Amino acid sequence: MTALLEVEGLRVAFGGRIEAVRGASLAVARGQTHCLVGESGCGKSVSALAVMNLLARRGRRTADRLAFDGADLLGLSDTAMARLRGDRMAMIFQEPMTSLNPAYTVGSQMAEVLRRHRKVTRRAALDRAAELLGRVGITAPGMRLGQFPHQLSGGLRQRVMIAMALMCDPELLIADEPTTALDVTVQAQILRLLAGLQRDLGLAILLITHDLGVVARVAHHVSVMYAGEVVESAPTASLFANPRHPYTRGLLACVPVPGKVRRDQPLGSIPGVVPRVEPGFAGCAFRDRCAHADATCAAAIPRHAAGEGHDFLCRLPPDWVQAEAAP
Amino acid sequence: MLRFLVRRLIVALLVAATVVTLAFMLTRLSGDLAISIAGANATQQDVEQVRRAYGLDRPLVVQFFDWVGRAALGDFGQSYFFKQRVSELIAERMPVTVTLGLVGLAIALVVSLPLGIIAAVRENTAVDRLVQLVALIGQAMPSFWLGLILMVTLGLRLGWLPISGTGSWEHYVMPGIVLAFSAIPALTRLTRSGMIQALASDYIRTARAKGLSRASILLKHALRNAAIPVVAIAAVQLGFMLGGSIVIESVFALHGVGFLAWESIGKNDFPVVQAVVLVLAVIYIGLTMLADLMNAVLDPRLRSA
Repeated sequence: MTALLEVEGLRVAFGGRIEAVRGASLAVARGQTHCLVGESGCGKSVSALAVMNLLARRGRRTADRLAFDGADLLGLSDTAMARLRGDRMAMIFQEPMTSLNPAYTVGSQMAEVLRRHRKVTRRAALDRAAELLGRVGITAPGMRLGQFPHQLSGGLRQRVMIAMALMCDPELLIADEPTTALDVTVQAQILRLLAGLQRDLGLAILLITHDLGVVARVAHHVSVMYAGEVVESAPTASLFANPRHPYTRGLLACVPVPGKVRRDQPLGSIPGVVPRVEPGFAGCAFRDRCAHADATCAAAIPRHAAGEGHDFLCRLPPDWVQAEAAP
Repeated sequence: MLRFLVRRLIVALLVAATVVTLAFMLTRLSGDLAISIAGANATQQDVEQVRRAYGLDRPLVVQFFDWVGRAALGDFGQSYFFKQRVSELIAERMPVTVTLGLVGLAIALVVSLPLGIIAAVRENTAVDRLVQLVALIGQAMPSFWLGLILMVTLGLRLGWLPISGTGSWEHYVMPGIVLAFSAIPALTRLTRSGMIQALASDYIRTARAKGLSRASILLKHALRNAAIPVVAIAAVQLGFMLGGSIVIESVFALHGVGFLAWESIGKNDFPVVQAVVLVLAVIYIGLTMLADLMNAVLDPRLRSA
């Protein structure tokens, strides 16, 4: 069976000067959670917005293939794409405080999604909204429907956003750092909620995050992005057990693991920042920050397979980690 | 909300008191009222008689509080020229001025809302710059000059509209357009900047992610938020229009309150002048308060504050 969302060779440029996404590929399987990780500025959010065709006006996207449920998205008109958004594919954002319209009640903003995509009465749409507010763990949903966004906390607003995304029973939910702006206890609740929804509704989730702890808990598959490219992609267990790309290894070294990291031992860090890449850039974008870089890193980089569903983009051979450890 | 209203009301009363005092003082500064009422051929004796008859021989403070006390009860005295009660005079003329103001505001909104929206949607394109240029020209154009130009073209050359008088609805079209021109630049720019800000916001991205139609995104989600300052300014502009109609009413000989004020100033009919200034000021203050109230109605965040 083909994946629900197939992205191949996605490129996004802004104004011809900055290339934010440079040939990224990923596939989100039905009913699974696919995590997109990387530092800020790697092109994760831009990739997601490009898939939804929600880029700002200056953003230009191209791709070798962009398909949802086997059907091409690239050739769709704006109207046809809008018919799909909010219906079969939904998206929630990093900023729950500002993502709801301050001028309308929670109920009216939720109801309009269903009324846009289905022939239902306002009453029925509100009933559905109340049911979903209950489903995402909001007490007294009837009262919440009549409230305005400013009357809700950040955690509640993000729950409302999630419930609103579920109004039409989508097959795919793209969640762009949905917990970053929330405090830690609320983060955990939201993640548990997303995991539960996926299990119960068979929802496919593309979760964008920079938190590897989140990835370890919820992801089936992980794609690591760096400077607009997917540098490593693997099933979660395989990625954490055998990370191959030096960038992935660097990211994992930044995460403290209780019992493995001693108090006096410094945490790992990756020197430098993500470079801004202009069109025409060749070779590995990570080479200036990489301990293993040599002259060949400026040439075209091969993609190596490193196991079932596991590949990475590096000049190093697939078994370089073991080879280095052996002598 | 109630505290907010009470505070605004106190400020409004203070402003009204200041206007009352100024209106009173300024009419006294324009010369000896007894002499001008008595007329050019009056003897010294006549003038003294007039002074006593009209109570102008009393101390200024006494005259002031006497006038304020009566004005508070709606009694503005007798017009010297029209030989009619001032309150009746104003009540007769007010509908003309209010109609003109509303026509002007309606034309202004019908023009500036779409212009502002189009400019915002086409931000930084030729369309946007053209709209801004039109707004600038509108701002720079004196209303009496525009009034005369319209009279010559639409009235005399083309003969589409009557050039003066108050007879029918057609009499309000040209003055309405002229009045609208004074409000269009500000309202257009405000709509444009409000829409640009709204369209760049996260909730518009959400609305797009929900797959809503373009019309719903623009008119329901963006305009609703962009309109909040526009509505407030529109109410204030209506106040300006009612006050500023003095020039336009005299150009088009529309017999409204502004025309009345213009006539009375020429004839030194100071009870009428004082009363018109006071009434227009109170309406202006009322509209400013109305603007605050409408803001609160449109912005749910203000309602609970």
